[in-house]
Amino acid sequence: MHFPQTLFDKLWQRHVVHENADGRALFYIDLHLVHEVTSPQAFEGLRLNGLRVRRPERTVATVDHNVPTTTNRALTDPIAARQIETLRQNCRDYGVQLFDVTSVEQGIVHVIGPELGLTQPGMTIVCGDSHTSTHGAFGALAFGIGTSEVEHVLGTQCLWQNKPKAMQVVFAGELPFGATAKDLALGMIAQIGTDGATGHVIEYRGQAISALSMEGRMTLCNMSIEAGARAGMIAPDETTFRYLRGRRFAPQQFDRAVERWRELRSDEGARFDRTVTIDCAALEPFVTWGTNPGMVAPITGRVPDPNSVQTEADRTAVSRALEYMDLRPGTAIEDIAIDRVFIGSCTNARIEDLRAAAEMVRGYRVHPRVRAMVVPGSQQVKRVAESEGLDRIFQAAGFDWRESGCSMCLGMNPDILQPGERCASTSNRNFEGRQGRGGRTHLVSPPMAAAAAITGHFTDVRKWEFKEAQSA
Amino acid sequence: MKAFREHKGIAVPLDRNNVDTDQIIPKQFLKRIERTGYGEFLFYDWRFMSDGKPNREFVLNQPQYAGASILIAGRNFGCGSSREHAAWALAQYGFRAILAPSFADIFTTNAGNNGILLVTLPEPQIEDLQERARAAGYELKVSLLDNTIIDAQGFSSKFKIPEFRRTCLLEGLDEIGITLKHEDKIAAYERRMA
Ligand code: SF4
Repeated sequence: MHFPQTLFDKLWQRHVVHENADGRALFYIDLHLVHEVTSPQAFEGLRLNGLRVRRPERTVATVDHNVPTTTNRALTDPIAARQIETLRQNCRDYGVQLFDVTSVEQGIVHVIGPELGLTQPGMTIVCGDSHTSTHGAFGALAFGIGTSEVEHVLGTQCLWQNKPKAMQVVFAGELPFGATAKDLALGMIAQIGTDGATGHVIEYRGQAISALSMEGRMTLCNMSIEAGARAGMIAPDETTFRYLRGRRFAPQQFDRAVERWRELRSDEGARFDRTVTIDCAALEPFVTWGTNPGMVAPITGRVPDPNSVQTEADRTAVSRALEYMDLRPGTAIEDIAIDRVFIGSCTNARIEDLRAAAEMVRGYRVHPRVRAMVVPGSQQVKRVAESEGLDRIFQAAGFDWRESGCSMCLGMNPDILQPGERCASTSNRNFEGRQGRGGRTHLVSPPMAAAAAITGHFTDVRKWEFKEAQSA
Repeated sequence: MKAFREHKGIAVPLDRNNVDTDQIIPKQFLKRIERTGYGEFLFYDWRFMSDGKPNREFVLNQPQYAGASILIAGRNFGCGSSREHAAWALAQYGFRAILAPSFADIFTTNAGNNGILLVTLPEPQIEDLQERARAAGYELKVSLLDNTIIDAQGFSSKFKIPEFRRTCLLEGLDEIGITLKHEDKIAAYERRMA
């Protein structure tokens, strides 16, 4: 009899090259994505060990973390310039395809993989970046690795792995009005905690997941790491196949591939080590108030009081977070005023995110105190947005419209918060100093960020008055 | 990789949960292409004020913890970004072992690949050790030969660690060398899948 398997079991089994007696497996990697920040020391190690890149055609590189997002892309930082130049040289030396800053296909590594059709169902995908979990939206097993492992994959196309545990997160019911994929992610992390899925690969299931677009699925899988998960994945379906058909690196014999991909789902009765159910009816537009992505409140909520928190450790953590964030307990989330808005990152800078934000912004002006910017996830996203006139909507409202890159998600380039500045951000981490030393980050969905840019404080998007497009 | 067998050193308590890798090494230090020289940037925003002067309040700057090599940390240590720079910074600062109730997944691998021993202990034991480590000159001895931690005041505990990781640390093995011995199996796999 055939033992029912989870989607994760199937992908795992297909990629084991060799297994030790203790269960540790040598695991094959189908696609290796590379960027400038976590690769120089890996290539250097390869050189010292006298190794070549084993499968250059399964290795793809781009520059995203460091690159300036200003129109002329001028690099003023010599250390960043050297890092980018190093990647160019390494790609030349080892025959790796590079989507450089001048490429029409450049972008954040987790945005371009899917949009080029490099990311495909059933694949194992790694990158020296924790948000590699994004690619799991396609039914791939995708996870972030450190630089020693980057070197290992470059040299051997494999990794040593202990099989993680399988967890399912079932989103029961429909996504309510005003809530987005970002709110699914924040709602889940609020419920299970930032280490709630440590050691596990999550499969997202349920009606709300089937109804999500690929962009939404990527947003959710992207933030799996914020729940501590090794990876997050969603079984491929018609939505997936429709998205991939015709993309540059999609399989030539697409229909045959689709037939194979249809088998990539958890069998009836497959056993998960853990199941978490999330009631979608309880989800709302969320805002983080603290310094980790589990510190979440609904837009109708208030900043918590440390005294109402159960354990002492948590009490200290809440007090510390409120002090860093300069927030008083009991403040209504809607009363928190902001200085900056960042719409971007591998979480929320795809075309659908920009459309949703532009829809809110149309016909309005950015609040006079607020500086707001939109950083498309890739050059392709930027071009599509411009062909739809989204750039004009944003610019007419007073937003900065930038070139693609990671930008203020982590502030390695000149896009950073000043000390004390408060930002509504569509990115994924609100850690202390993440967007600039002393900067205060609140994570929200793209519509929530857009609304805050206009009103100057967090605003419930469910009450928004949309303005019609002006007829020309 | 540097082997780990036994180590005795000053232990320093860092009583925060969810210490993320952005805290361990902030992004401005990730632009370098070298593998060394990160120790001085460890916990940068906590160790140094915005004018670059040391922050006297921060535990690592207190004279009694000078030369500390064992870190006693809170739950979910090393969460967030996959940057191995965090492990480099800890190792190059001088940390040989980190004790905590739990660690984030990617960090666990990165630490292992850099010869840092991670020891998972139950939360009450960690709290006990953090309390003990407030005394000046407090030392711990961590042994991977028999998986024990002891101090001179009667604390003693066993710990578990995956066998492969233990072997790699004991012998200072790096994984690429091991993998290359399986080259024939990788090639066979590739032929099968082609
Ligand atoms: S956008 Fe942010 S989270 Fe995503 S890869 Fe870039 S820096 Fe990392």
